[in-house]
Amino acid sequence: MTPVTQKLYTDDVSLLMVLLDTNPFFWSTSKSTSLSFSNFISHVLAFLNSVLLLNQFNQVVVIATGFNTCDYVYDSSSSPTNQRAETLLRKFEEFVVKDEQLSKEDSVDGIGNSLLSGSLSMALCYIQRVFRSGSLHPQPRILCLHGSPDGPGQYVAVMNAIFSAQRSMVPIDSCVLGVQHSAFLQQASYITGGVYLKPQQLDGLFQYLSTVFGTDLHSRRFLQLPKPVGVDFRASCFCHKNTIDMGYICSVCLSIFCKHHKKCSTCGSVFGQAQTNAPSTSNQKRKTADT
Amino acid sequence: MNNFEYREINNGDGRRLNREAEEEEEDDEEDDEGNGRGLDAWERAYADDRSWEALQEDESGLLRPIDNKTLYHAQYRRRLRSLSSSSTGSRIQKGLIRYLYIVVDLSRAAAEMDFKPSRMVVVAKQIEAFIREFFDQNPLSQIGLVTIKDGVAQCLTDLGGSPESHVKALMGKLECSGDSSLQNALDLVHDYLCQIPSYGHREVLFLYSALSTCDPGDIMETIQKCKKSKIRCSVIGLSAEIFICKYLCQETGGSYSIALDESHLKDLVLEHAPPPPAIAEFAIANLIKMGFPQRAAEGVISICSCHKEAKVGGGYTCPRCKARVCELPTECRICGLTLVSSPHLARSFHHLFPITPFDDVSPSTLSKNPHHKLPKNCFGCQQSLRDPGNKPCPCVVCPKCKQHFCLDCDIYIHESLHNCPGCESFSQSKSVSGTMEE
Repeated sequence: MTPVTQKLYTDDVSLLMVLLDTNPFFWSTSKSTSLSFSNFISHVLAFLNSVLLLNQFNQVVVIATGFNTCDYVYDSSSSPTNQRAETLLRKFEEFVVKDEQLSKEDSVDGIGNSLLSGSLSMALCYIQRVFRSGSLHPQPRILCLHGSPDGPGQYVAVMNAIFSAQRSMVPIDSCVLGVQHSAFLQQASYITGGVYLKPQQLDGLFQYLSTVFGTDLHSRRFLQLPKPVGVDFRASCFCHKNTIDMGYICSVCLSIFCKHHKKCSTCGSVFGQAQTNAPSTSNQKRKTADT
Repeated sequence: MNNFEYREINNGDGRRLNREAEEEEEDDEEDDEGNGRGLDAWERAYADDRSWEALQEDESGLLRPIDNKTLYHAQYRRRLRSLSSSSTGSRIQKGLIRYLYIVVDLSRAAAEMDFKPSRMVVVAKQIEAFIREFFDQNPLSQIGLVTIKDGVAQCLTDLGGSPESHVKALMGKLECSGDSSLQNALDLVHDYLCQIPSYGHREVLFLYSALSTCDPGDIMETIQKCKKSKIRCSVIGLSAEIFICKYLCQETGGSYSIALDESHLKDLVLEHAPPPPAIAEFAIANLIKMGFPQRAAEGVISICSCHKEAKVGGGYTCPRCKARVCELPTECRICGLTLVSSPHLARSFHHLFPITPFDDVSPSTLSKNPHHKLPKNCFGCQQSLRDPGNKPCPCVVCPKCKQHFCLDCDIYIHESLHNCPGCESFSQSKSVSGTMEE
């Protein structure tokens, strides 16, 4: 996947959009992962500083992915360079307070999921603005530092964002901090040609970040980056949100169901014959295609 | 020819930027998109005979290019509104599984030079763009190519899902001679389309250069036959309206249009890329059994069932019979199960869950109700919503989440992203949609 280089970019100037997962429920339960939120932030701050030092034109934008809202936290192009950490931390605190105020229900079953679709959409809008700024602009990429599990309700929105990123040739890198793999981010990185990584030891997060995600897209070609260990391409059905590897598709709207229904719940079309004749028609088609 | 090739390259490069970015660059160009982008005015092909119409006089009497940003946006709003009004029904039904034959007229008339360099080349270029756009929007659909030459219709490519093979076949066969025959083409396409499963939408798109048709029999019978087989025929003419084409489109429920110039032709062709509304009698709704294979890890060696070769890594495993296939979407060679990946299906979901058009916030409405406070920055891209004089710029607001967006984001969100960043980043909307789906 090297179509990125076709553009008239300067080689090695990057625009790094960092999406930070600030889901409080994830960070409060993450004792098992041996990384506290403040440790995490200090790793990330060191990483951002090193990216900005790599090239004087490099730009970093941080978007916080909260439980109730998402917002821009830091933009290196509009902030003074000498108090980077202070501005970031101050805005970050404001964001966390706002996120907390917005939460209505106190009891959340499990960890809950943060609003990945929102922050991805915002990052893509920002990148479009950079594209508009002229023919010479930094090479954009998105880095998701994500811990919360996937929210099945966000499936369509996240996929839309992934396809839009693919169309504008923006790679989505993902670094999963949680216990489980994230099917959303696996697909995002696979489709957009980014790197998916689930670090083994989170205490060394800075090393993972700087060695894998620090280099610009041009230099990436010369590196041996982690290879994907298989991508989970299974879909989740619309009726029960189960992840399935075989199912029924409505021919009108392509909705996915795990069982045979009489009527499509998405588009309302009534289905004719049962699935029994489906294999036979496909067999016929296959034969005619061969002859 | 050289010039043409250069434009082609340029076209491909700027494709994704065409919509969102380019109108921002203050190139004083007419709105023929993608044509000579990045070239100076004198380097560009002489596309428009009325180049003075792109200029207007400002207050001090200086000539300036027309501000086509606002113009473009107005145009886009109109398009969006017409789209959303046509699908106001609560349930959206679209024909997402399409089987489309593109019939290219390569008769003598295709060599005419009224389109530069010739009709044939222009048509081929537009078809290439169309095929790519088509598969982007209709991931499970298939296209076939048919050409008419010397009064005979010939099948160039069978129905298939790979854009590259179609484009390659077409580019290799660009020569024209003889008469054109509508009936022969219809007969051929009819025979092919009769075989496809009943849930698929059968469509034919003619790109017709000739002003006549030279048929061996009664074409009216053929048209009725197509109507009976529920084949939707559309024609895009390059010269003038012909009665028989109009009749054909009327009878079969297609659309008939005549291209005025190259950019108009492009618009007309691309109009056929989004899926048409499903018409119940055209295709029977059905549940299709499909499998979602997982991609195996890199470096695993196994024998694939499609080429019968041992391959390293990068394959998919059929969930029913565990056979290995190389590419998706396909049909399992062993058990006949249709195999797709969930991203293939997800590509068309934005047709099902379209986002609502945003409302205009014009400066005049702002002055009427001053309590309506305008945020400083666009919610999506953080661009300032004030112009240099600190006056509010035209912007739009999402009716659901009440966030303000700049005009560029508005276009990007509706044409490419299909997500409202505002609605997506508030958990209220998330919980609502969550309960709806449960």
